[in-house]
Amino acid sequence: MAERSFKKEVTKLTAGAGETFTGEGILAVTKGLLQSGVAYVGGYQGSPISHLMDVFADANDLLESLGVHFEASASEATAAAMLAASVNYPLRGAVAWKSVVGTNVASDALSNVASGGVTGGALVIVGEDYGEGSSIMQERTHAFAMKSQMWLIDPRPNLPSIVESVEQGFRLSEASNTPVMLQLRVRSCHMTGSFVAKDNVRPPLTVGEAAAAPTRDLDRIVLPPANFLHEVEKIEKRWPAGIAYVRDNKLNEWFGPGETDEGIGLIVQGGLYNNLNRAMELLGLADAYGVSKLPIYCLNVVYPIIPEEVADFCRNKRAVLILEEGQPEFIEHELNTLVRRAGLDTRVVGKDVLPRSGEYTADVIRKGLAKFLAKEAPALAPELEAANPLPAPVAKEIPQRPAGFCTGCPERPIFTAMKLVERELGPTHVSADIGCHLFSILPPFNIGNTTMGYGLGAAGASAFKPKDGKGSKRSIAIMGDGGFWHNGLTSGIGNAVFNKDDTVTVIIDNGYSAATGGQDILSSRADNANRVTKNPISKAVRGVGARWVRETHRTYDVPAMRDMLREALTTPEKGPKVIVAQSECMLNKQRREKKQKAADLRAGNRVIRERFGVDSDTCTGDHSCIRLSGCPSLTIKPNPDPLRQDPVAHVENSCVGCGLCGEVSHAAVLCPSFYRARIVANPGRFERIKAKISGAIIGRWQANVERGRAARAF
Amino acid sequence: MTLNAAATSERLTIAILALGGQGGGVLADWIQEVALAEGWLAQGTSVPGVAQRTGSTVYYVELAKPDGSGRLPVMAQMPMPGDVDVVVASELMETGRALLRGFSTAQRTTLIGSTHRIYAIGEKQAMGDGRGNGEKILEAAHQRSKRFIGFDMEAATDRSGSVISAVMFGALAGSGALPFPTETFHAAIEHSGIAVKSNLKGFQEGFDLAQQPVAMPDETVHAVPVPTTVQGRALADRIAASLPEVAQANALHGVAKLMDYQDGSYASLYLDRLERISALDAAPFELTAEAARHLALWMSYEDTIRVADLKTRGSRLDRVRGEVKAQDDQLLSITEFMHPRLQEVCETLPEGIGRRILGSKVLSGFLGRFFTEGRHVETTSLRWFLALRLVAAMRKWRPRSLRYYEEQVRIERWLGLIGSEAQRDCAVALELVRCQRLIKGYGETFERGLRNYERIIAEHRHQPRDAAEIRRLRDLALADDKSSSLMESIG
Repeated sequence: MAERSFKKEVTKLTAGAGETFTGEGILAVTKGLLQSGVAYVGGYQGSPISHLMDVFADANDLLESLGVHFEASASEATAAAMLAASVNYPLRGAVAWKSVVGTNVASDALSNVASGGVTGGALVIVGEDYGEGSSIMQERTHAFAMKSQMWLIDPRPNLPSIVESVEQGFRLSEASNTPVMLQLRVRSCHMTGSFVAKDNVRPPLTVGEAAAAPTRDLDRIVLPPANFLHEVEKIEKRWPAGIAYVRDNKLNEWFGPGETDEGIGLIVQGGLYNNLNRAMELLGLADAYGVSKLPIYCLNVVYPIIPEEVADFCRNKRAVLILEEGQPEFIEHELNTLVRRAGLDTRVVGKDVLPRSGEYTADVIRKGLAKFLAKEAPALAPELEAANPLPAPVAKEIPQRPAGFCTGCPERPIFTAMKLVERELGPTHVSADIGCHLFSILPPFNIGNTTMGYGLGAAGASAFKPKDGKGSKRSIAIMGDGGFWHNGLTSGIGNAVFNKDDTVTVIIDNGYSAATGGQDILSSRADNANRVTKNPISKAVRGVGARWVRETHRTYDVPAMRDMLREALTTPEKGPKVIVAQSECMLNKQRREKKQKAADLRAGNRVIRERFGVDSDTCTGDHSCIRLSGCPSLTIKPNPDPLRQDPVAHVENSCVGCGLCGEVSHAAVLCPSFYRARIVANPGRFERIKAKISGAIIGRWQANVERGRAARAF
Repeated sequence: MTLNAAATSERLTIAILALGGQGGGVLADWIQEVALAEGWLAQGTSVPGVAQRTGSTVYYVELAKPDGSGRLPVMAQMPMPGDVDVVVASELMETGRALLRGFSTAQRTTLIGSTHRIYAIGEKQAMGDGRGNGEKILEAAHQRSKRFIGFDMEAATDRSGSVISAVMFGALAGSGALPFPTETFHAAIEHSGIAVKSNLKGFQEGFDLAQQPVAMPDETVHAVPVPTTVQGRALADRIAASLPEVAQANALHGVAKLMDYQDGSYASLYLDRLERISALDAAPFELTAEAARHLALWMSYEDTIRVADLKTRGSRLDRVRGEVKAQDDQLLSITEFMHPRLQEVCETLPEGIGRRILGSKVLSGFLGRFFTEGRHVETTSLRWFLALRLVAAMRKWRPRSLRYYEEQVRIERWLGLIGSEAQRDCAVALELVRCQRLIKGYGETFERGLRNYERIIAEHRHQPRDAAEIRRLRDLALADDKSSSLMESIG
């Protein structure tokens, strides 16, 4: 079960023509697909596109009733390869993933589908994880569009524009036999808004019907000589067709007057339009409704650029400012070429007044625009008030708040155990992977040296063959269950077996693709009506030839985890050592159990609740426990002892009683301050009587002791 | 129908700063629902992803009053510095972050921020006190907002048995920063259909507190202990007569602590020692005041007897009951995680015996095998309770124990050094007194702290350091738990 359920929202997807649809960007995209008669959809989860996959999954019944095939693909490469269905048949298909990482994974299939071209519309929806909150390398998807020749749509961020882009994307794809990428920035995926719906359309041809009547065209397969033919076709046929479609259907937009006295204009990526308008509004150059005093050419299609439109816009202008986020500045380069080709001497200004890197927020654009105006139209140039940043002595009090493992996360104890082993054997090179477990690189664990990509943890350790003799050390690789099934089984374990790598791989199996929102995967223990689950990782690992394989079914058992790691690092056995550490993701577990417990409590059933606590009078405030845990519920509070000054450790009520605190204080010989409280609601008769008796004896004894203490007290 | 003060603008921008899991998204949804119900246009955006895993996140809501033309306004997707009408922050340092990012401005912004703290990992993991200074944030919050509404939202959440997003929603309504009637806010909560009753309660708490002046979370004030016994009164009189006034509060706390820890004569020993230092001290008597603190802490070192005693007190059981929120009809059992090693056991034994066992390889090897595992001690069970009481009862024999002997030797050596330094340079003596802070905890933590303390003292004996230098070394000892910064510095 995914972290967020869209069961309620997906009922909106049945909205018919004329109804107003209100919801999030991702729902709007889904509605757009259904209105376009899409025949199949696929994709791989990852922020900001995770919820799109969750919407598809929750809308499975609706999709089936419309004859639409949906797959939760094994990887982005799998998803991209699905587009093969649109090569020979007039099937509209859409796939989605997080970019640029997902596009990297998919690029082989994307190159192939782009080379052969498509018959049915093929839409690739990429969630561009760029700018604030991003968790990946900052690169542009634009480069992929250019190198493989796929058209790239970057719509204005409002729901009507986004839905329109989905529909136009399919038409553009079919008109030019070219796959089309639809780029959604992070905030657009989760942006709320409304648009007027159209009826859903059943695909004219379903995938089943296509499979029943196969056709074959050798010219569509990437092999000589067809591959050379494709290159020519791309340039001579598909490119002009694409340009013509974009131009004739006015996919790009123009705002403001055609010309101004100052002879300037602005060219903007569609996705940045709203930020630009806000910046202009605050400079007095536009109003809240987008009525602009300056000519704006808004590129909803950022690739290809339409030469005639550029020439028309730049004619009679001395200078244009191109607002293009990210680098390299592909559009700026292209504009310069097109302006020269058109024989114009319009100056193209871009990265010389705007930052080369980082997100183009309204504030950034305001500053860049002010610089542009100061140079090109001083009469319009605003006076920006001086910045008034928070003074450094105040700012330095505000702590960084990096993401971390959730309360009770089963991955935490694995790294606690690694820390303990590190104390015994010294530091090891640790090849990290992508997933929640990557939080180990941050405080308090500070474990992990590199990360090379999703499912590539083990591969990232493969170069480290231990030296012979004394001082030899094995490196450790980490991999999550998500990464393992994404490609880690072959690229990591298979590779290590084949090459006799002498490494230790820890596969963290929490039952879900947890970091992306708790989606089910091949080895999930959950029942899933639409998918096959419960395929153990250990079986797969053994299946590709790994011999030293250990499993633990309770990662919270720190000593066991520590001993297993120590053994893996020191055993004389050669070849890859694989540890499969399994415990359910606590977020998912709590979501399930909390509900059940509440129901039991209401029904008057016996319910046990466990949580941890710290005795503040025995805690001395060293915080070793925190350095070996980092649990959000394990925190600090002012020391209740009037003489002590350092804050004491404290367990908040959000504690779920996972048990790590106790394990840590035992395994690390820390301090006796931790206690585990076991609270039994609606207890049975026998235990009530037993507790009453021992409670009475203990109580009397304590009263006695208390009298003695009072006698010798201050 | 109550109508809040109407905002003049046709557009309202609201930034919500929260931590992952605090329900910032729910709050954003509620706000939009209110606006839509009132005929406004609303757009919300957020950045989910890894930040949702306990990191800080920003939600942004923009509301616009339609102009009747049917045109849709162009809405921004992120709060722009200087262009935010309302900031709602769920924690004190997130309030600070809103200031840091320039979202709150003196000309325009209603800043609604909680004054409670959720400590960041960097603050929590420090070996001493790594907490950021909240006072500075509050001061800046007043300066950099048109209006600052601050109160402890966590306490309000607890009181109402609600969630913090409901309290924030109530405070937003109570601030009057949005031109919508309170009933519409209520309706949004009711419409969601989830935990309606408790959320409305939380809403009301927030609404009411938004009318109050800025309040900081209650700080515990430590009342000076008042003597309850003859012996106590005698010692209190002695303190009043023999110690400078600035040191008296600490000395009273110290005496009370040591009488609880051991007995009256141990507390007298404490005052003997303290008076020796006081005699060498001069106004403003900071040395004596700090020595009163640190000497009491050292003399009440943590041993198995102390732990067993504290763990079995009746007051402790009640405290735990409250802390874990166990109701009266629920059964509570408490399990301790104790790890007594042979070392600690021998330290509790009479000096001669303890020393002999630890000194003999054969004996400690043999006995040590019984003390390698950690133990789960259920103090609420009769068996373990009695066992621990037995250990606690060894208090009477504590002065004969190996640990007592060792600690008194260390204390005397420390006091000797302080005494001789006090005559030379009082500031140095004061810093040496404060070095006691390094010695704390149990097992390996204690050993590391003691090692660091001894390293600094040895350095100083080897080559006298000035006060600032000793302070620096002490800070270095608290910089990392491998002592590497300290070792690097002293070579």
